[in-house]
Amino acid sequence: MTATAQQPTGTTVMTNVEAVRTTLHDALVRDDRVLVMGEDVGARGNVFLITKGFLEEFGAQRIIDTPLAEASIVGVAIGMAMEGLRPIAEIQFADFIYPAFNQIVGEAAKTRYRSNGDYTCPMVIRTPYGGGVRGALSHSVSIEALFYHVPGLTIVAPSTPADIKGLLNAAIECPDPVLFLEHKKTYRSVKGEVPAGYYTIPIGKADVKKAGTDLSVVSYGYNLHQALDAANRLAGEGVSVEVVDLRSIRPMDKTTILESVRKTRKLLIIHEDNKFGGIGAEISAMVAEEALFDLDAPIRRLAGPDVPAMGYALPLEEEFMTSTDEMVEAMRELAKY
Amino acid sequence: MATTITMPQLGETVTEGTVAQWLKKPGDSVEKYEAFVEVSTDKVNAEVPSPVTGVIRELIVKEGETVPTGAAIAIIDDVAAETPAPNGSPSPSEQVAAASSAEANRQGSDEPVPGGNVGLGGPSYSAPSNGAPETIATNNGANAPQKAIGHDGASINGIRTSPAVRRLAREHQIDLTTVRGSGDNGRITANDVLAAAKAGPSAGVAATIMAPAAAGAVTPPPPAASVSSAAPKTGSAKPSYANAQPGELIALTPVRKIIAQRMVESKHTAPHAWTMTEVDVTNVWKWRAREKDAFEKAYGVKLTLLPFFIRAVVESLAKFPLMNASFTDEGIRVHRDVNVGLAIAADGVLVVPVIRHADQLSVKGIALAAGELIDKGRRGKLGADDLAGGTFTVNNTGANGSILSAPILVPGQTGIVTTEAVVKRAVVRDDDSIAVRSMMNVCLSLDHRVVDGAVASGFLSDLKKRLEAMGPVGSL
Repeated sequence: MTATAQQPTGTTVMTNVEAVRTTLHDALVRDDRVLVMGEDVGARGNVFLITKGFLEEFGAQRIIDTPLAEASIVGVAIGMAMEGLRPIAEIQFADFIYPAFNQIVGEAAKTRYRSNGDYTCPMVIRTPYGGGVRGALSHSVSIEALFYHVPGLTIVAPSTPADIKGLLNAAIECPDPVLFLEHKKTYRSVKGEVPAGYYTIPIGKADVKKAGTDLSVVSYGYNLHQALDAANRLAGEGVSVEVVDLRSIRPMDKTTILESVRKTRKLLIIHEDNKFGGIGAEISAMVAEEALFDLDAPIRRLAGPDVPAMGYALPLEEEFMTSTDEMVEAMRELAKY
Repeated sequence: MATTITMPQLGETVTEGTVAQWLKKPGDSVEKYEAFVEVSTDKVNAEVPSPVTGVIRELIVKEGETVPTGAAIAIIDDVAAETPAPNGSPSPSEQVAAASSAEANRQGSDEPVPGGNVGLGGPSYSAPSNGAPETIATNNGANAPQKAIGHDGASINGIRTSPAVRRLAREHQIDLTTVRGSGDNGRITANDVLAAAKAGPSAGVAATIMAPAAAGAVTPPPPAASVSSAAPKTGSAKPSYANAQPGELIALTPVRKIIAQRMVESKHTAPHAWTMTEVDVTNVWKWRAREKDAFEKAYGVKLTLLPFFIRAVVESLAKFPLMNASFTDEGIRVHRDVNVGLAIAADGVLVVPVIRHADQLSVKGIALAAGELIDKGRRGKLGADDLAGGTFTVNNTGANGSILSAPILVPGQTGIVTTEAVVKRAVVRDDDSIAVRSMMNVCLSLDHRVVDGAVASGFLSDLKKRLEAMGPVGSL
């Protein structure tokens, strides 16, 4: 790694997709071991134009267009990582990750354990996930619950440009495999200030995005921004909602969640992934185990319905996605419970 | 149509019952076979299921009141009663004794069931005849009790509360019945409790919790604690080492109440005297050791020292009949039957099932009878008849390792003996030799109104002789 001579100061306003792009770019500049590989990341510059111009700037050795073979993308990256490189593998859409499941769960997550610490697997698997963009069956899925059961795998899902930068840098630094989830509906709809220069945000730390006293909402992804909108609307009614951005799915920041719940005594969990066996189930169980006697109301969850996929038709997509109005209603009910 | 519910007969020899607790109040709907009242008799509590589906119209007997079996205790409006009689005249009432077992109800049986289990011997009732199943089904749909809100909540005195509310109420000594709820449907919220806490602990709760400490003359609370309890500070006082903290108040169960009442009655009525002897049980212990495996294999009951001991007790009682007697105002009643009570803990509660005519049983017979009663006790199946009629009691305190105890008499009995733990000791024998022997203490409490020390010690030394003479050969 080459040290940065001088830390720039100040902030820049950018979208989530710009935050991904600039952070990747800076990492490629900063560290020769870093390389990007995936479908259409080279000549095409990624389907969201995240890596546009990278091929020209860094060359085909470091910006690698791969076949449509996700198991190979991850498998090759694992080999590179074990031998000292810092691959950033991209799965073009999270919906395509299933062929790589064995490589991620069976190989990458177990490398450190199986080699008794002789090998680690310092790789990042980036993938856009989530719906609400008329992506239909194969471009809308949330995958976090499929992977969060697996020890040895780190999963982060930042939702603001500043968090994306800090957590992507931390993921690249991480000596073990990190699944880096980017909600595609937030790519261009969410803007925010991003501090200049290199920084990391610790993996496993949630962030209280809005402080409040009447109830706690834990969310992430696109839902987080809706939850913040809903909380701001309710502030006008005198309802004070605390919004916790989970940011890291695993490891999960129990401390921040429990501190918030112990303060407000009520908990609403919102995520887009299916409700059954989702992240909210784990948070609910954890809170019930650790803070039952601080709860003044049953824990509530708003989450995707248990249907096989998000439909293409707008009414079907809207039915799947929790609306901000539904969040306002749930928060209001819980506050007055 | 109204159905009058009468006090069920909980056991063949039971003549009255106490309404321990109404599980329903007037206006509540009740399903057939659903428990609606808890009835207690001598140490036995039974939840009594409703014989009909309907709505409670009236509770005739107050909680705590004792009435004879067969007396009316409640009136339930049957489902059919929802349609008023066309002529406006009151519907004919049907006398129905609350059967104490759904099983018995279904069978419509009026046969006493062998074994005397609680209530199985209850009288029958006539089932309502007018198309009951359809009516009940309709009622389930229309009148099923609705949940107030979509979530279940635990309740205290009928108030639904969250875990946080319960914890805060306990910490701040808040009587929730005095708190006004500001939540949905009047629910008490955690903030309501905290607001009430600012006004200081509820007077009633504070008094209840503080009372034992104030009355406890043995260890007076430190002055600081008295001050703080007498004048509750505003705001939440942090627990500290120096300040006395009120403990948890455990409500009395009907069984606990009865045990307490009977213990006080016994101690206050019968002047207890106490004596003890030590018994060399080496030989009988060997006898038991020799027989126990075969016995358990043959009968499925563990062979303990207890049946040998009870056998010796009944033999001694035959020699000292005054020990098998009751003190009454009219005189001392010497019992013809020898019914030996066995003090055991069932489900954490003391019960004393009775081995009837124990004097007519061999060691084997006693072992089987005791085994059955203990097993019933463990399964909570002891009925009133299992517990009634004791004339003398044996308490196996040694089972818990005790070597000395002073038991309280069962009211109306003259003696209670304990078997303490069997321990090996070096014993100096008559010929001055020292031997390792299995020794056991036997303690006796007696009603000094009935017998004096001479009889009691005569009984005890007779018992000792019989035990030491037992085994190691002979048949069970």
